[in-house]
Amino acid sequence: MVSPLSFLSTPNPHRLASKVAREDEHQLVAAAKSGDVTAFEELVNRYERKIFRLTMNITRNREDAEDAMQDAFLKSFSHLKTFQGDSRFYTWLVRIAANEALMRLRKRRPNQFSLDEPIEGDDDLMPRELQDWGPGPEQRFAQTEMREILSGVIDELEPEYRTVFVLRDIEELSTEETADAIGVSVPAVKSRLLRARLKLRQKLDRYFKRGETN
Amino acid sequence: MNCEDVIHDLSDFIDGDLDGALKQELESHLKDCEDCRLVVDQTKKTIEVFCDSEPVELPGEVRARLHDALRRKFKEAAH
Repeated sequence: MVSPLSFLSTPNPHRLASKVAREDEHQLVAAAKSGDVTAFEELVNRYERKIFRLTMNITRNREDAEDAMQDAFLKSFSHLKTFQGDSRFYTWLVRIAANEALMRLRKRRPNQFSLDEPIEGDDDLMPRELQDWGPGPEQRFAQTEMREILSGVIDELEPEYRTVFVLRDIEELSTEETADAIGVSVPAVKSRLLRARLKLRQKLDRYFKRGETN
Repeated sequence: MNCEDVIHDLSDFIDGDLDGALKQELESHLKDCEDCRLVVDQTKKTIEVFCDSEPVELPGEVRARLHDALRRKFKEAAH
């Protein structure tokens, strides 16, 4: 397993797709569905980095992430005619890629990972010994260092929590879309998202609390 | 509302999914509870730093393999 450090980088405020980009996506999908392979290639060019980040974030394994990304694009091409357009193409693609990544994660960790396993109650969620992080704690770190921190803490998160966090908070799927993509209930997604967020907060606390910078 | 209630509703509050009365109760608690304010602010910051992480370039050899596979797929589909 290689270090996943290169798959997260430092903050960029321009990540959200604009309305124009979404309309453009709609036109590209329509062209691709009518047989224009260059339009499909344009969609791949547009999303390949994000899909690789997604598969890497779920599998935490370079080889699996590459295979999952490639199969996701090949399957999306094969099944493009079944895409009805009731969601964004990107959302549909994310669901395919998440399934490809999860399938490989289950194969690699058959006894350690089940998205269906029951989750704990809410009794141990209360954060303890809180300390102020101060304003902009991430700015106290160099870009490379911040990338390593984010990669390290998400790597420590259990797969069932990590997957929900990645789909909901990084890829911005809705709770319902996330539940549908990984085959669990909406309450399970909500519960896991809360736990994932709190666990990541706790892990970042090691780095962000005042007086803990390099 | 106590601190445990705040934690229970934390995600819905951050996502703006809490209904009006509950939201007001939570905000009222936050005014008087520094620990809960820290949890809310730090959880928001946690999401923000991950959300803002932009994927770097795809390694060249990975991209080349992907596009080679796509072109083979396009040829298959054309026949």
